[in-house]
Amino acid sequence: MSRIDVNKTYKLFIGGAFPRSESGRVYEIKGADKKFIANPALASRKDLRDAVVAAKTAQPGWANATAFNRGQILYRMAEMLEGKSEQFINEIISLEGVTKKAAQLQVSQAIDCLVWYSGWCDKLASISGSQNQVSGPFYNFTTPESLGVVAVFAEAKPSLLATVRALAPVLAGGNSAILIASENFPLPAISLGEVIATSDLPGGVVNILTGKASELIPWVGSHMEIDGIDLTGVSKKQEEELRLAGVDNLKRIFRFSNTDHPERILSFMEQKTIWHPIGI
Amino acid sequence: MSDFEYANAPESPAIANIASNYGLFIGGKFVQPKKGKSFNTINPATEEVLSKIGYADKSDIDAAVKSARSAYLKVWSKMPAKERGKYLYRIARIMQERAREFAVVETLDNGKPIRESRDTDVPLAAAHFFYHAGWADKLEFAGFGSKPKSLGVVGQVIPWNFPLLMLAWKIAPALAAGNTVVLKPAETTPLTALLFAEVCQQAGLPEGVVNIVTGDGVTGAALVNHPDINKIAFTGSTEVGKSIARAISGSKKTATLELGGKAANIVFDDAAIDEAVEGIVNGIFFNQGHVCCAGSRLILQENVAEEVLDKLKKRMSLIRVGDPMDKNTDLGAINSKEQLNKINEISNAGDKEGANRWSPELKLPSKGFWFPPTIFTGVTQSHRIAREEIFGPVLSVLTFRTPAEAIEKANNTMYGLSAGIWSDKGSKVLWAAKQLKAGVIWSNTFNKFDPASPFGGYKESGWGREGGRHGLSGYLTAEAKVNK
Amino acid sequence: MIIDGSEKSLRKFLSELSPVDQVGAEARAAMLATRSIKTSSKAWAIDMAISMVDLTTLEGADTPGKIKTLCAKAVRPDPTDSTVPSVGAICVYNDMVRIARSELDSIGGNSVPVAAVATAFPSGRASLAVKKIDTQDALNAGASEIDMVIDRGAFLSGRLMEVFEEIRTIKELCGNKAHLKVILETGELVTYDNVRKASYLAMLAGADFIKTSTGKVAPAATAPVVLVMLEAVRDYFALTGTKIGVKPAGGIRTTKDAIKQLVLVKETAGDQWLTPDLFRIGASALLNDLLMQRMKLRSGHYASANYVTVD
Repeated sequence: MSRIDVNKTYKLFIGGAFPRSESGRVYEIKGADKKFIANPALASRKDLRDAVVAAKTAQPGWANATAFNRGQILYRMAEMLEGKSEQFINEIISLEGVTKKAAQLQVSQAIDCLVWYSGWCDKLASISGSQNQVSGPFYNFTTPESLGVVAVFAEAKPSLLATVRALAPVLAGGNSAILIASENFPLPAISLGEVIATSDLPGGVVNILTGKASELIPWVGSHMEIDGIDLTGVSKKQEEELRLAGVDNLKRIFRFSNTDHPERILSFMEQKTIWHPIGI
Repeated sequence: MSDFEYANAPESPAIANIASNYGLFIGGKFVQPKKGKSFNTINPATEEVLSKIGYADKSDIDAAVKSARSAYLKVWSKMPAKERGKYLYRIARIMQERAREFAVVETLDNGKPIRESRDTDVPLAAAHFFYHAGWADKLEFAGFGSKPKSLGVVGQVIPWNFPLLMLAWKIAPALAAGNTVVLKPAETTPLTALLFAEVCQQAGLPEGVVNIVTGDGVTGAALVNHPDINKIAFTGSTEVGKSIARAISGSKKTATLELGGKAANIVFDDAAIDEAVEGIVNGIFFNQGHVCCAGSRLILQENVAEEVLDKLKKRMSLIRVGDPMDKNTDLGAINSKEQLNKINEISNAGDKEGANRWSPELKLPSKGFWFPPTIFTGVTQSHRIAREEIFGPVLSVLTFRTPAEAIEKANNTMYGLSAGIWSDKGSKVLWAAKQLKAGVIWSNTFNKFDPASPFGGYKESGWGREGGRHGLSGYLTAEAKVNK
Repeated sequence: MIIDGSEKSLRKFLSELSPVDQVGAEARAAMLATRSIKTSSKAWAIDMAISMVDLTTLEGADTPGKIKTLCAKAVRPDPTDSTVPSVGAICVYNDMVRIARSELDSIGGNSVPVAAVATAFPSGRASLAVKKIDTQDALNAGASEIDMVIDRGAFLSGRLMEVFEEIRTIKELCGNKAHLKVILETGELVTYDNVRKASYLAMLAGADFIKTSTGKVAPAATAPVVLVMLEAVRDYFALTGTKIGVKPAGGIRTTKDAIKQLVLVKETAGDQWLTPDLFRIGASALLNDLLMQRMKLRSGHYASANYVTVD
């Protein structure tokens, strides 16, 4: 008799730990071949609340780490992802039903994307900050700072690449993230939690929820300690709902095109301008 | 004691040729509102009517937007950027030529001291046009991609605290980036915007590039909700800003919002105390405290609190309150009865909640709207006067023991527009500047503005920046963002 | 006692003074310069300024004849108008003191004091012994005000106690006979922090007045320097109850300049300082401009230099 596989239990990732949903709910994920793959957690609004607490707590430490340090940790994520490539390739194949070659390409693109954003961490102020030539005896400069807690709705497919493409820029800018994984293609996102947990990223900087976006969206939109939303992965109708609810604390809300661009980082950063007199 | 009392030194109102009534400025001409409605604008220092102003309703807004769209499509977006810039230079120059007239009209309509309109508002407004004129043909080097594009027609709604300056903050970058505009000045301060319309005519600006529609909140809402507007730029209260954000949440419109503030002004014990006192005064009493970034929460290190308050009170006793047209006036009239009521209401709450109110002894004019320079001591974080934007000459004083406590108190607000730091120790200044959650940090200075310096808030103080390279991006298409 | 006379306590006190922010101080002075002083307040200010002028000649070419002319001008600045007040004092080198005193006394100017610059004016580069003799000489000749210079070299190299002791010694010599004005020569101290520190040092050592400059070094009595010194006397009064006077000197040539000084006084130290007992302006050309402006204000038309006396 052949060996029975030891299957992974797909759980949430909150505050650096892998809890089940406090609601005890799960939902079934089937592969492209319609066969059962896993029962990931169906996160509740209380899970979201816990994730925001973790994200809010962890964010200042992450933002105050040196940009060099943040870059190293994103690079470390790339290293860890490279080491776990096989696992992700298999997940992508079974979920998306793509060829091995396509899955391999997606994983390598995701790794390269992390490397690319890793290199941005300590260059953001150089390209987006400025020294401003004011007419008076003042030194005046503008520099980008992290926004805070950002909720990320990545596109469903390509499942790993879209997730990394949305998450990496949020992290590069010194924010913490609540990643709401795609409802139908969540496994690479959940497994990314394992990459993150072994990448020296402080617990709570990334939190991953699985379940129904539609159930979480009202709570994400109205949560007063979420500062920004990347809603690239939500529908037009959900976008309107998020934007309307997000007005309560004037969340910074954006949808991005399918590209890697420093604007994705800077959209979730605030520009701070500092004046100081020049004198003796 | 001496008899060195400053005699009246009034600026002459003769230079201001205020017409008895004004229409709307649409398509390069002054036109009567379609429904023929109007409202009065008054001098808040005397309550005298200055002029009758056309009231724009939905149909007028529609005409203005059509004119702006047509100007955008047919003229402005097709014009070489260099030529666009030259119009802005012309406008800047004409504003400089007519600076005194602008200053007088601004002071009459707004109530701010002539010294401030003359030395701050008008020169800065002209400087904004001059600065942005230079950007018009250099946008591809501004760092927003090699082919940055204008957005189209921009609807702009501005407040009454810096009527002309806010107009300049809005119109100059919008035009430089290649957009056309429909701007609604505040109900109580429309005059300098209408004077600006004359400047556009003198500059030969193509018809419809700038349209000025006057009215009230209903007029503003009609502009915000007009379907053919690509972008809204608003400066005003957080409450109205949020209602605008809601109104456009389901549309394709983007927005820049410059909203309220409750800035902390932190004085450390190693500060240059005399200059800090000046900064505190400038921070809260500049423009009657009608400043979104006003330093309305003074956060004093306990071991110098007594000294600073003593000096502050003496300094406040020197503030000259009265006729805004007097060149020696430091604190003018409150802009409207409504605003005066609001200041009174929150200040009275300060009394009720147990804070101690102090104002220097002075006689306020009998006509017009006035409020004395006021400080509240014994304020705690939970008092309304420590949390709500008062938008008047009222300062709440809190104390702290350690730098971390100062930052914690400073950041304990939904706002994040500006903050002040007073310390002679460079490393401490930079430490505090980094910790403060605010878009503009004034260290060892306060309420400084410059067209080259980005301005705008964190948190609920708004979206985006105005001024500088960063301010341009609000009027250009983004590369990686998908338009709604 | 603010300090106990020891170097340690002097240093401690001076090192704990609040710093001055250059940009902020200059901005405040510039703002006060925008005050518009018109009509009745201008008339008042011109007469007050005249009474505050220390009419000065400090030239190698000074002669008894020149001094006598100056004395006449001091007592009756405008010979055609007896309502013009006398100036605050005559300020001369100490070999001219006796001439000035006797001339003033002989033309009815008994109440106009003679101030002598002393202590190796303007550089201050002489031994304390010489400075004492210099001062004593002026006192003997009838000076009732001594304008001494501080040893800027000692101040800048940190020998604060030396500066303190020199002032204290000269003050002792002056005793009740003469007021002591201490010239800081702010143009050589350069920073406002130094100006504030030197102001306090002089006041602690016994100065009756602190004075900006010798008139031989530029910049001299700039508005921000005077602002910082007025803040010092204001705060020293709050600390000790003693009012110290301030004397800007050098570069104040027009009525406008003088009125700006009075505005600085009013809005910094306060109205109490608006008296020749506590504020003087060291000048020479200024007086004629004040007189011309006074004529203009009274007659309503612009005056001619031909109508004021050349000295």
